[in-house]
Amino acid sequence: MKAPPFAYVRPATLDDVLAELAGGDAKVLAGGQSLVPVLAMRLGRPATLVDINSVADLHGLAAVSGALRVGAAVRQRTVERADAARAVPLIGMALPFVGHRELRSRGTVVGSLAHADPAAELPAVAACLEATIEVAGPSGRRSVPAAAFFTGAMTTGAGPDEIVVAVAFPTARPGEGFGFAEIARRHGDFALAGVATRVRVDADGITDARLTGFGISDRPVSRDVTALVQAAGEREPELRVATAELATEVVDTAGDAHGSTGYRRRLFGVLAARELARAVRHARRSSEEDPT
Amino acid sequence: MTEPQNQGQQQRWTPARVEDGPLVTGRGRFLDDIDPLPGTLVAAVVRSTQPHARLRSVDLSRARAHPGVAAVIGPEEVRAALRPFPLSTGTAMPYYPTGTDKVRFVGEPIAVVVATDRYTAEDAAELVAVDYEPLPVVVHPRAALAPDAPLLHEDAGSNVATDRTFSFGPVDEAFAQAAHVVEGEYDFPRYSSVPMECYSVIADWRDGGGDGSGGPSIEAWANFHGPFTMVPVMAGALGLPSSRIRLHVPADIGGSFGIKAGIYPYVVLMALASKHAGTPVRWTEDRAEHLLASSAGADRVMRFAAAVAADGTVTALKADLVDNVGAYLRPPEPSTLYRCFGNITGPYRIGAVEIRARAVVTNRMPVGLNRGFGGQQLYFGLERLMDAVADAVGQDVLEVRTRNLVGSFPHETPTGGVYDSGDYSAAVELAVKNADLAALRARQDEVRAAGGFYGIGVGLVVDPSGTNIGYVGLATPSEQRKPGRDKSGSTEHVRISVDMQGLVTVMLGSVPQGQGHATVARAVAARRLGLPVEQVRVVVDMDTATTPWTVTSGSYSSRFAPLVTSAVVGAADRIAGTVRAAAGVMLDLPPEELELADGLVRQRSEPDRDVQFRHAAGLVHWDPGALPPGTPARLYEEAAFTPAEVKAATKDDRINSSLCYGFVAEIVAVRIDPDTLEITLDRVSSVHDAGTVLNQQLLDGQVLGALTHALGGAMYEEFTYADSGQPTSGTFLDYLCPTAAETGYELRTDHVVSPSPLTPLGAKGCGEGSSMSFPVAFANAVADALRPAGVPITRLPLHGDVLHRLLDTKEY
Repeated sequence: MKAPPFAYVRPATLDDVLAELAGGDAKVLAGGQSLVPVLAMRLGRPATLVDINSVADLHGLAAVSGALRVGAAVRQRTVERADAARAVPLIGMALPFVGHRELRSRGTVVGSLAHADPAAELPAVAACLEATIEVAGPSGRRSVPAAAFFTGAMTTGAGPDEIVVAVAFPTARPGEGFGFAEIARRHGDFALAGVATRVRVDADGITDARLTGFGISDRPVSRDVTALVQAAGEREPELRVATAELATEVVDTAGDAHGSTGYRRRLFGVLAARELARAVRHARRSSEEDPT
Repeated sequence: MTEPQNQGQQQRWTPARVEDGPLVTGRGRFLDDIDPLPGTLVAAVVRSTQPHARLRSVDLSRARAHPGVAAVIGPEEVRAALRPFPLSTGTAMPYYPTGTDKVRFVGEPIAVVVATDRYTAEDAAELVAVDYEPLPVVVHPRAALAPDAPLLHEDAGSNVATDRTFSFGPVDEAFAQAAHVVEGEYDFPRYSSVPMECYSVIADWRDGGGDGSGGPSIEAWANFHGPFTMVPVMAGALGLPSSRIRLHVPADIGGSFGIKAGIYPYVVLMALASKHAGTPVRWTEDRAEHLLASSAGADRVMRFAAAVAADGTVTALKADLVDNVGAYLRPPEPSTLYRCFGNITGPYRIGAVEIRARAVVTNRMPVGLNRGFGGQQLYFGLERLMDAVADAVGQDVLEVRTRNLVGSFPHETPTGGVYDSGDYSAAVELAVKNADLAALRARQDEVRAAGGFYGIGVGLVVDPSGTNIGYVGLATPSEQRKPGRDKSGSTEHVRISVDMQGLVTVMLGSVPQGQGHATVARAVAARRLGLPVEQVRVVVDMDTATTPWTVTSGSYSSRFAPLVTSAVVGAADRIAGTVRAAAGVMLDLPPEELELADGLVRQRSEPDRDVQFRHAAGLVHWDPGALPPGTPARLYEEAAFTPAEVKAATKDDRINSSLCYGFVAEIVAVRIDPDTLEITLDRVSSVHDAGTVLNQQLLDGQVLGALTHALGGAMYEEFTYADSGQPTSGTFLDYLCPTAAETGYELRTDHVVSPSPLTPLGAKGCGEGSSMSFPVAFANAVADALRPAGVPITRLPLHGDVLHRLLDTKEY
């Protein structure tokens, strides 16, 4: 478990990072929680590791104009502890499930998105919240909606000569409620199945409901479930009927020794109903608390 | 100069063990931390990617040409220099440290690259070109038994490495007369103990070393913890006398619980690599290698049958055991079959028993010692069967067990075991009381009424300690066992010395794995010599050239408490005799009137007449001429504890397979979420009888550790293989060890104390009990929970996905 030979660079500016990536055979090193084991197992052999931790611009973490913007070098644990992150409650609900605290102290939020493990929590949060992924490359910067960013297992819309510089999560608005849950073999493992939910209510009732599943397909899968939540409200048994049906449609992972396809469907259906009900309750509370 | 940060602060932690300070402050010295020989080079191992293949060719030339490489050895060098390891049976399944003609499991070593550093060695290892001719694969033990199964070892003509049948007492008669015959088929999984430090070896081959013998010799360092029966096995492969292998084991070996007994083939392999490199060679196994190719407890498929009288009395037992030993019958296998031979009837008065004991080879990693060795496999069958017996006679699971419990001691089992002491019903009663069983039953009724799953399981096991290695003989039919070449015994050696200041050094050959041997040995010796513990230190580093040891030495089968401490008592008592003789001179009193207490040697009747222990010891060193005639000036004493109760197997194949037999009564309550099918431990009540308790905190630690180990096997850990033979649990992403987060259940432990009459302190072993009892108690609880659903539980591990597939494969 020793890495094959590679060159290591630690540029101080984003331009220099992009210059290093231009060769096409370089990998970005941020927290290293996924990349370093891949190197040690010799499953990946990039010619160059581009350490971005010295790029000051990538350490930004701030809530501005309706979004929490997290830079590429920001640790998961930093976000977990940041006051600014309270504006995005779903992140706070999801982060405790990401590995263990020790891992979150190294791992980055953006790194988790760029790695795009289909069972990872943060891509699902990004998909559920319709976050925006900011990508920089030789031809400049572009913003990619999360739904378009995750293109398959461990594959994203960012090219080999590009880098994800930040992610912008929309901050919660009054009348929005959220749910998050996953089931894993052990605490801290990748999910067998998990869900993130977002529900919006106004004075007339439920206006929008969104459900994202992870660990169930080759990428996070989001569905507009407004109609079914409007019909069932927070009544879990009724939600269960609908989500069980949905499970057969969206859960298409092949399964493994830890969770067969059938078991993941069961879990997705159960968790989706639970977390939609929770989001409805949460949204109603959030709506009542808001004086407007 | 910086000021110490904690100056003036109160010390917030007092170590429970002398071992703890260095370990928790990062000053433990593990194998990979030591560098005893200058110029040591580093090895990497080239391993098979194929589960079963003929080796058409192994081309080492490009690796040898790689810059920084000193030597590369492969099958050719191994065949030329080594003999197969001597096996415990006569089966034609030759085992070398690398594949020679074939490879038989993914991860089997093929070549060794020795280079300046590990990175270079791994770079060069990629240049070794292996041409495989793939062969058909078999990974499941039942499939390996089939007459048309692919053969791993063609010369053996079968995948069955050993097959013996034993019968004791009137088995057929009991089954003919039985009111009920209760049968069950059970599978026990393959899992490990996952030590913190993986295998690590430093080996130095010396031709005609300076010891005057002229022949080659080997000096090696390894985190090996015995059994030292493996020293002659290594010597056999090398064609050297055992004493030409000088083996060092440091005090800190990074854990094992049996798994590191499987390191010895690498000691031989690295010795050969050293011979070719002309330098010392070190190799430290990485985690990927460890999970692929080190060792595991044997998986077992088994069939049990009980002859049961109408009142629930079990009159006879049949056990058909098939161990999957992996690709080779690596010594000390097939010991998993025999370690519990004397206690195969568990805690029950069953007068007749028939056993068929088989080991089969498959295309998996070889197996070996793992905490509980043979016990968890045996009791998984026996205690699942007792639940089925309860069902058959319509009794409660505790009632039927209590009816059959052994009630008087010593108790001789039909297989030759002699249970030395115990009070099984008292332990069961205490476990029931601590579990608050009535409240658990009420909770179960409540949950079931609401449509949920809640179960309570019981496991009662006899916990053997101080193995009698004579059981190894059972693998060979008695008529083939050579007269005068019997094996027996569970001996341990200890040396104690006293210096000129009266400081006592206890030297153990117990090669601890982290259990706290030094702490306990220190307390035992200090007490025996009437000294404060501060006046005693313990050395546990092993050097086979200087430490007292014997073929049965090692840290395995819970030997420390019953055997090693007994030897400490023996050696301390001899030291005490010499010190009393010296004090007698100083006090002008007969030595037999003196006692050792409070750091003094004093007259029993007039305790004011005393001298200090250190002054009496000083006299032996400084003024031996003053000693009484016939008293040697000797403050170095060795003792071997050699219990008479452990004999070789008899002609009719009975054996007392351990010296001591403890007991565990365990009650496990589980809750199962009816929606997600997640299993949660609601409460565990565990009562142990390990004889006299030498150190309560260490005993509690062993119980908690064994429970956590067992929890791994019960719910999380399993070495799995695809039908293709490829391992599917090669990293910690798939091989799931329980962490602190998984152990937060309500645990109530307690003890019954039935001192062993066979050890001077009355202590028995205690390191393995719950490793044997918890897996089946847990399975019984899950089976009880799912009783309303009518789901059979016959295997482990159990978790949500398994239950989902058992409950309703159609619904989803």
